Amino acid sequence: MSETGFFTDTTLCIGCKACEVACKQWNELPSDGFAFTGESYDNTSQLSGTTWRHVAFVEQVAIEPAAPSPIVEKWLMMSDVCKHCTNAGCQEACPTGAIVKNEFGNVYVQPDVCNGCGYCVVSCPFGVIDLIDPIDDERKFSVATLSESRRDANQTAIQKSGGVAGKCTLCYDRQKIGETPACAKACPTESIQFGVLDELRERAAERVASLAERGVDAHLYGADDVGGGIGSLNAFFLLTDRPEVYNLPVEPVLPSTRQPAGYTAAAGAAIALALAGWAIFRSR
Amino acid sequence: MPGLGTSFGRGGATSYVQDLQHADCILIEGSNFAEAHPVAFRFVMKAKERGATVVHVDPRFTRTSALADVYVALRSGSDIAFLGGIVNWVLQNERYFRAYVVAYTNASYLVREDFRDTEDLAGLFSGFDERAKAYDRESWGFERAPDGGIVRDETLAHPRCVINVLRKHFSRYTPEMVERVCGVSQAQFAQVCETLARNSGRERTTAFAYAVGWTQHTVGVQYIRTAAILQLLLGNIGRPGGGIMALRGHANIQGATDIATLYDLLPGYLAMPSTGKDEQTLAAYLRTNARAGWWEHFPAYVVSLLKAFYGDAATAENDYCFDYLPQCTGDHSTLPTQIAMKDGIVKGYFVIGQNPAASGQNGAMINAGFERLDWMVNVDAYETETASFWKREGADPSRIATECFFIPAATILEKSGTMVNTNRLLQWHDQAIEPLGESVTDARFIHALGKRLKELYAGSTDPKDRPLLDMTWDYGDDDEPSTLRVLQEINGYDTRTGEQLRSFVDLRDDGSTAAGAWIYTGVCPDAQTNNARARAGDDAAALGWGWAWPANRRMLYNRASAAPDGAPWSERKRYVWWDEAAGAWGGDDVADVVPGARPGSDDQAFLMQSDGRGALFVPESGLLDGPFPTHYEPSASVVDNALYPQQSNPTMRTWRRADNREPAGVDPQYPHVLTTYRITEMSGIMTRYVPWLAELQPAAFCEIDPQLAVEQGIASGDTVTVSTALGELECKALVSGRMRPLRIGGKRVHTVGVPYNYGALGLARGDSAGRLIPLVMDPNVSIHESKSLTCAIRRGPRANRET
Repeated sequence: MSETGFFTDTTLCIGCKACEVACKQWNELPSDGFAFTGESYDNTSQLSGTTWRHVAFVEQVAIEPAAPSPIVEKWLMMSDVCKHCTNAGCQEACPTGAIVKNEFGNVYVQPDVCNGCGYCVVSCPFGVIDLIDPIDDERKFSVATLSESRRDANQTAIQKSGGVAGKCTLCYDRQKIGETPACAKACPTESIQFGVLDELRERAAERVASLAERGVDAHLYGADDVGGGIGSLNAFFLLTDRPEVYNLPVEPVLPSTRQPAGYTAAAGAAIALALAGWAIFRSR
Repeated sequence: MPGLGTSFGRGGATSYVQDLQHADCILIEGSNFAEAHPVAFRFVMKAKERGATVVHVDPRFTRTSALADVYVALRSGSDIAFLGGIVNWVLQNERYFRAYVVAYTNASYLVREDFRDTEDLAGLFSGFDERAKAYDRESWGFERAPDGGIVRDETLAHPRCVINVLRKHFSRYTPEMVERVCGVSQAQFAQVCETLARNSGRERTTAFAYAVGWTQHTVGVQYIRTAAILQLLLGNIGRPGGGIMALRGHANIQGATDIATLYDLLPGYLAMPSTGKDEQTLAAYLRTNARAGWWEHFPAYVVSLLKAFYGDAATAENDYCFDYLPQCTGDHSTLPTQIAMKDGIVKGYFVIGQNPAASGQNGAMINAGFERLDWMVNVDAYETETASFWKREGADPSRIATECFFIPAATILEKSGTMVNTNRLLQWHDQAIEPLGESVTDARFIHALGKRLKELYAGSTDPKDRPLLDMTWDYGDDDEPSTLRVLQEINGYDTRTGEQLRSFVDLRDDGSTAAGAWIYTGVCPDAQTNNARARAGDDAAALGWGWAWPANRRMLYNRASAAPDGAPWSERKRYVWWDEAAGAWGGDDVADVVPGARPGSDDQAFLMQSDGRGALFVPESGLLDGPFPTHYEPSASVVDNALYPQQSNPTMRTWRRADNREPAGVDPQYPHVLTTYRITEMSGIMTRYVPWLAELQPAAFCEIDPQLAVEQGIASGDTVTVSTALGELECKALVSGRMRPLRIGGKRVHTVGVPYNYGALGLARGDSAGRLIPLVMDPNVSIHESKSLTCAIRRGPRANRET
């Protein structure tokens, strides 16, 4: 079966957050609380165990010495999501085998296998996956838009208890019945496109070329190998500025790629200590 | 929407949103299109992908601005100065579409000799009565030949030609003046003018889009008039990728207006009879309202409506029960009714799908008015601030005598019916589930209420009870009515055979037809067909998807897409044209022509107008505040009117009383411009209870620029208080360089933006912006002024804890 993924074109994003809401509604995720951040129009702040799409708002200020007040001349918006890496750090770190590559080539957390150890959280090069806090009464209230019967009888594992790792499933359940993932379906401007990876990459390359014709300097992030042992990303992005502007790592690294060096260093240290010990004891 | 109505003939958006993708340029002003209409905005994005230039003019840099090619920051309340400046630029540089203007507008008409312009009278037109604050509009007319015809000069040379009077009227709206009044640099103003002119004409078209950012002003109607004048001059009405898109604020507000939520209209935009006019008998009413042009059919529409209302009881002998209709005795619009409630004149109140306590103006007066009612009935899907006014913060329920009823209402998924969107498109939706709990559909509530009232008055011989007893009310035996039967009745039927009618041309004034709203005739053309259900799309105008009034026409005035000889103005912009071989009009849409009209004969581009032409000059029968738009400052402004000695609209309605405090003139206590708006994530009570939306914008906030924040010692996230002469509002501060101080007449002016989405209930709560807004209203449509006020801001919570 062909691998599927997301192509998120930030030049088409209007920051409406329909993707965030559609994702939470379909996946029956609770809200993350009701705190006002005072930071642009972003009050959900980041991806979390229960926020699987997050629209980032980047206000870029013009440097105009004559202006009496800093002036925003560009307001970039980007819907961030799990990257569904070719070599996923979370999957490698998972001791229970809860994180798998499914038949669509997407990285999927099986909530009933996950033991909530959290090794995946520190192993994600993009800071995506997170543990879902145990769900208390107040947070249950957050899913009150579901009908009573639905809440009581047919809870998802996440709503029931929390305490497991959570992230975008690329709407595995929807894909299995031939449906488009909720976020892509809800996006009014086709900023989020879902499809077979080869086709998406082709479309993205054409898009970069057509933007270049119009004088827009755009590039893709994750359509090809991002380095650091991660490979390409099944959820890749079209950006018009440097990756770090969108809070994407410039040089993401798969933690396991550091293992050879780490083991070598550890072995070296062991040998050095042994030699030192031998030298100390021999001198007695 | 008399701005569009007086200019073009019909008070609706001239086109449909899908057509925006064919535009070469889109000017968005008075609308935060991307945030308030994200789904429709996809067609703006498509136009952009096809190379169109998108211009956004707004006091705030919004998500729409972020997507636009050109963003222009202007002071809220100065749009007529800005657009008038463009009109002046177009006329001065001879950049108008001359052939279009001569053929399809009243540019060549001669204005009466006794008409005096604002240029002559220091900001007033002729006929102003200082005491009545109203105009005698007799001199706002055209010169008549002895035979009664309008005198014209198609060379446009005569100094009293409309276009030359217009030229003079806007001559002082120079780029320097635009800079001084609006805060827009001359360089940027020139860029916008050139962009619009370059993208208009035979080969190219420009579309305008606006929303309530233009309407909610004491001169709101004239904002839209200025846009209409500009689009007529540039030849952009009735052409693909052109037009003026009036973006509606609610999913079904077009339908609500069509079927007469406005107090002075009957369904289908027929004027409500009024005691102030010679309309006390049917004959007099028809004589007063039937006009040349399409409105000569007015009697057929009125009699058919009366037959739909009163059935067999309506006969030629009793004037089809015309006497049953209530008559307007004055202005019964929202704001005067609110005052009357406060003054104890209004005793009972039905509130259905509305939440005035959170979304109305002068919130304190609204709540005080509720306390003086005998009874209030709320029908809503949520417990609103209105429904719970008696237990609001600071209220003592034991001292409130109002008897309150709350009927839980079904939501859209729990009922069937039509929604009419901004395209005037009727789309049917089916019921998905039964209403939950005790909730009932609004239709059921109204139907059952009517049935019970009829039962209550059954057998009465009192003549005053006849209207209720004679009212047709046959939508099924159950309390739950058949919404399809309602739609079929609105469509209309032959009263002799009971057959559905296919078109409003079939309507008669002899009682043989009945129709609840003539503009919808054709949606259910036979007993089996409901065109609102149609779901066949295509790549052109999608005529097979739903049904649009009138006559399933998607673009109004599309006759103007072809030249007078019937050939398209250009191949690139062809839409509807005369097909000589077929002897008929062809094209992508239903041609907007009088049935049977050929090029040159009975052939009018704006057929609803009595003279068939688009109005650059609106004559005496039109608007109450002027035949041309004029820049007046808002009722409350931070600056004096730089254009005229007349500060504000001389005909605006005000209530200067203790419970409606307004600043008098330019008040230094309130040095900042205040504007209100809604945000994508929130609508009102419907969204404040939804956790997924509440977490996105969890608290009431205001937006201010960094300089003002520093001056007031405010950091982003701080609690602040915004105050006007009327009241105080507490919210969080959002400091951003998206807000820009402007230089207005040598003075630095800051804008404070306050979203109008919040209230005391829900997961995302906060003060309603209505606390800050006094009642003051435009003379034409009785709209409040919520988009441009003055305020002060300080750090810290508000002093008064009552709501």
